[in-house]
Amino acid sequence: MKIAITSSGNSLESKLDQRFGRCGFFVIYDTETRGVEFIPNPNKDAQEGAGPASVQLVASRNVEKIVSGEFGIKIKSLLDSLKIQMIILKQPEKSISEIIEMLNN
Amino acid sequence: MSPRPFRIRRISNPPPVSGFKPYGNKKSGIKADSIFLHIEEYEAIRLCDHEMLNHNQAAILMAVSRPTLTRIYARARQKIAEALVMGRQIIIEGGKIYFDSEWYKCKACGCFFNNPEKDEEVKECPLCRSSNFSGYNQSINELEEPVARCNDY
Repeated sequence: MKIAITSSGNSLESKLDQRFGRCGFFVIYDTETRGVEFIPNPNKDAQEGAGPASVQLVASRNVEKIVSGEFGIKIKSLLDSLKIQMIILKQPEKSISEIIEMLNN
Repeated sequence: MSPRPFRIRRISNPPPVSGFKPYGNKKSGIKADSIFLHIEEYEAIRLCDHEMLNHNQAAILMAVSRPTLTRIYARARQKIAEALVMGRQIIIEGGKIYFDSEWYKCKACGCFFNNPEKDEEVKECPLCRSSNFSGYNQSINELEEPVARCNDY
């Protein structure tokens, strides 16, 4: 199963990004192979429509869950119809490696 | 005076298909237009005629008033009847709607999560696998009070 995590930087020590649509990087974590992939977010500085565009990017990687700090109003209904689970973690000091560790337990 | 804005209808799941096509045309040459059944009308039919709820219960699930639900339902039946009698194609789309899922809060790691697979029950927090979580917002299944007041089981 693949899980997307929003990250502010492109290393495992980076912190969880509190925004979904305009986060710095998406981390695609595969729970079976334990592989980690960093994708820079092309919608980082988008004026509008960053959320739906990011959903499209993440959904094209077949993720089943997304971990982020916040999801916008346009995104919730989209992800509900795509059957992707949203996990809201309001802890900006958590690093990507800590979240991956939590997912592994 | 401007009219009151109408409420956005809550839909639990998108329909499994996006429409229905007629086949076996008896009268050749009739090329009727499609009927656009709104998703809210589909949901009204699903709640009232498939889940066998009464209009009051269905209205609460769709977050509209009972008379509004009855109007949506009446429109849905009229459209379906039109499609059946006139041999028209039904396309399910449109309507001012939002999809809804239930939210949970994990007490171990403090995260919030929703459950997109409504048929499956949540057993553990998806992040820390703790079973110490609770429902976050009011469950849409809490129908007891308004239904009891109406006394129309």
